[in-house]
Amino acid sequence: MQITVNGDPHETGPNTTLAAFLTQLNLSAERIAVEINLTVIHREDYHSTLLHPGDQIEIISFIGGGEHAD
Amino acid sequence: MPTDTPLVVGDIEFRSRLIVGTGKYASFEETKKAVEISGADCVTVAVRRVNITDPSKENLLDYLDPKVYKILPNTAGCYTAEEAIRTARLARASGVSDMIKLEVIGDQKTLFPDNEALLEATRVLAKEGFIVLPYTNDDPIMARKLVDAGAAVVMPLAAPIGSGLGIRNPYNLRIIMETISVPIIVDAGVGTASDAAIAMELGCDGILMNTAIAGAKNPMQMAEAMKHAVVAGRLAYLAGRIPKKLYAQASSPIEDMIE
Repeated sequence: MQITVNGDPHETGPNTTLAAFLTQLNLSAERIAVEINLTVIHREDYHSTLLHPGDQIEIISFIGGGEHAD
Repeated sequence: MPTDTPLVVGDIEFRSRLIVGTGKYASFEETKKAVEISGADCVTVAVRRVNITDPSKENLLDYLDPKVYKILPNTAGCYTAEEAIRTARLARASGVSDMIKLEVIGDQKTLFPDNEALLEATRVLAKEGFIVLPYTNDDPIMARKLVDAGAAVVMPLAAPIGSGLGIRNPYNLRIIMETISVPIIVDAGVGTASDAAIAMELGCDGILMNTAIAGAKNPMQMAEAMKHAVVAGRLAYLAGRIPKKLYAQASSPIEDMIE
């Protein structure tokens, strides 16, 4: 099924949980945050959250920045 | 001698009154070094999309351990209250902090805040339990409104972001201090050590800077200069400066002079 991750199209299998998807991406759940269709998903819910076709997923982390990073 | 009490933001106690930004450094290694030298125990970081095509890319927080440093995520680059609120919620979900340095920029050229949107976002986030640190103009009325909306501190600019112009309106900063009871942390606009010292001498509770250190010819030396400036300025504030007078006043006694 197709989903959108950080603005780009992405393929993943059916019945994929968010936790499994992050593992596929080689992303450690620490120090990142995830939003699906504009709703923040809390870390304790990663294993119980199933992805659906067309989901818009945002995965964020922290970068250097202070006063108005570009 | 009056002893100092630490800066407290929400329920978080700071060891240093200097907060530093982590942008504009050549590498994470350099960022870490400058932060260490500055003596700051709180760093502000920006929230951005993870590079999923190269997740092996190093993470800033591998260098600035959240167990060692207080992480202050910011909403830099947000132009609407909605964007800023969304960014703040994501930042908190990462688990590193309940604090948010709230920026809602109103204009790309000046990077002045959109105070109307800032106030709205402050109200929403404070209600959700965030410790909100809003970046605002040096406007006492706005400062009061932000506190009423639930801001934990107020962060007036000294001058436009990255301008290095220094403390442009010390009088407004003093009025803000008299107007509100939460800490005042000067955010943006300082260029060199004397600017930081002036802010602290005025009685501001802290200062946040990024460009002044990262953009200096030698960021490490400037980080050290800023550390001392903040400490010196704070001490001078506590010590209480002499009043300014138009005419000289001899410092040596005039009695018992040789005749």
